[in-house]
Amino acid sequence: MIRVALKMLLGAPEQYAMLISGICFSTILMVQGLALGIGVIQLNYALSTNVRAPIWVGTPLVASLGDNQPLRDTDVGRIRSVEGVAWAAPLFVGGAQARILDRGGLSKSVTLIGVDTATLAGAPTAMLAGSLQDLRMSDAVIVDESVLIRLSFDPKVPLKVGDTFEMNDRRARIVGVAETRQMGGGTAGSVFTTFDRATQYAPGQRKMVTFVLAAPMAGETAETVARRIEGATGLRAFTEGEFRASTVKWAVANTPVPFLVGIIVGIGFLVGTVISGQTFFTFIIENTRYFGVLRAMGTQTTRLAGMILVQAMVVGAIGYGLGVGLISVAVAFAPPTLPLVITWAALGASLVAVLGICGMAALLGIRRMASIEPAIVFRG
Amino acid sequence: MTQMEAPAFNLVQVEKSYRNGDVVTPVLRQVDFSAQAGEMLFLIGPSGCGKTTLLSILCGTLKADGGEINALGKALHRLSEREFTDFRAHHVGFIFQQFNLIPSLTVVENVALPLIIQNVSASKAAARACELLARVGLADKAAARTNQLSGGQQQRVAIARALVHDPQLVVCDEPTSALDSATGHQVMELLREGARGAQRTVIVATHDPRTYGYADRMAEMEDGRILRVLNTPEEIAAIHRPH
Repeated sequence: MIRVALKMLLGAPEQYAMLISGICFSTILMVQGLALGIGVIQLNYALSTNVRAPIWVGTPLVASLGDNQPLRDTDVGRIRSVEGVAWAAPLFVGGAQARILDRGGLSKSVTLIGVDTATLAGAPTAMLAGSLQDLRMSDAVIVDESVLIRLSFDPKVPLKVGDTFEMNDRRARIVGVAETRQMGGGTAGSVFTTFDRATQYAPGQRKMVTFVLAAPMAGETAETVARRIEGATGLRAFTEGEFRASTVKWAVANTPVPFLVGIIVGIGFLVGTVISGQTFFTFIIENTRYFGVLRAMGTQTTRLAGMILVQAMVVGAIGYGLGVGLISVAVAFAPPTLPLVITWAALGASLVAVLGICGMAALLGIRRMASIEPAIVFRG
Repeated sequence: MTQMEAPAFNLVQVEKSYRNGDVVTPVLRQVDFSAQAGEMLFLIGPSGCGKTTLLSILCGTLKADGGEINALGKALHRLSEREFTDFRAHHVGFIFQQFNLIPSLTVVENVALPLIIQNVSASKAAARACELLARVGLADKAAARTNQLSGGQQQRVAIARALVHDPQLVVCDEPTSALDSATGHQVMELLREGARGAQRTVIVATHDPRTYGYADRMAEMEDGRILRVLNTPEEIAAIHRPH
């Protein structure tokens, strides 16, 4: 009977195409909405991807990686003295204006990250050009690819290793290019330098330590040591995972991202439900006589319901696959600055929504089918 | 067939009404009716006299409001919805005025449907369907779509579908009214073969006098009642003799 169900479905090519288009469009909207939401949320915790450390310590008020509530310099020493801490290093994160003098004083904002001068703890983990150790050279900075493009007049001729620019009237020389994730609003690139140099590049402020990065000694877990740091210093310590989770929680609660994503996903769900539900219902109505024939010939209602469910799910699977394929291609070819991240969770959530749409469409069809009197087949 | 045999189908004081709001329209009024295995029984009468309703009740697509319906040793009026459906799947073949073949299926798939419904494997069902198609002279149309066939061919496919699972009852609703005279006679011949060969009861609701000569017996209906039953070829011949 499954074969009969599928043949009946394929026997109505216009409705079949309409159903698949509806589910496909709905999938594209939902996956795109979720991808955008996840991409924007990831911007908020991208710092912890670009700067890796097992433990992050901030003031007691810190809730997200985007918070800038500086610590005292002395806090670094206090944290180092906590039992189980292998090392602790200051990290500066702040905004700065980068200017290219020989190109008419073009000025762009960047995110300046100052890593520990002695150990380079907090330095980027993946380099595309140059060496991390070159950061010890005078005026040295490591930038990400977006900075190379953003600080050049012509995006087709980006800056390169060896070029210079200025921050806070001080010269900065590019010694390397790091692979990073976009941070913050996604409009500012990242410039890495040593902590000491960062304090000179950044506009002067009394306290310059944004976070203290730390690591547990061998045999200790990051969680245990983080709790110990909190107990000993009164500061707030997070493991990397905890800080990301806290940042996501903060972003969900304090930004319009969930609302906007909800609207996009909701529209996708609604469009899918309306188009597919209505088309599927029409399909059932137009096949009322044949469902009546099948009922008259002795097909149990539950079996016919199964047939309708299979029809709806097949349409759903094809439409979903097509939609995911199209949005994946679109994201692959989208500019890298667009915060679109397709995750398995987003695909899974969209699949559940599509199954819900198909389930509802099938339910409408099953209700209609169940109301058909087998005796209808005798009417002319 | 003798009068002493227990009837294969027996209806006692069957009633059926249709309700539309507060208006109740009686369609069958205390109908007594019986049919034997192997006979071809015609229900005749003007439109709206209750032929199709009686046919629907006999084959279990419609429940009566009252009375007893005994078929093939089962009390149909006591069956649950599920048992009713199961009864139709195993014991009833259908032939409709508008053929009711599923257009998205091929001819052989349409014929095999009753077997597929009974969970017979697809290959066995197709083989049996091909046998029946050969019997109705349409073996070469097995892979065709039903909309590629003429009306007479479609009705022959419907006959093959009605007989493929070897049912004990075949109900036919105006089987020849959409066909020309020659094709109508071909269809009736096939139905008569189907009835006599397998001791199968064929009940035909019709008001096409061209076909009356094929009836073994004939029940004439009017206003939801059976007016009279014609039991002999002479009585039947009298009613269908051209005026």
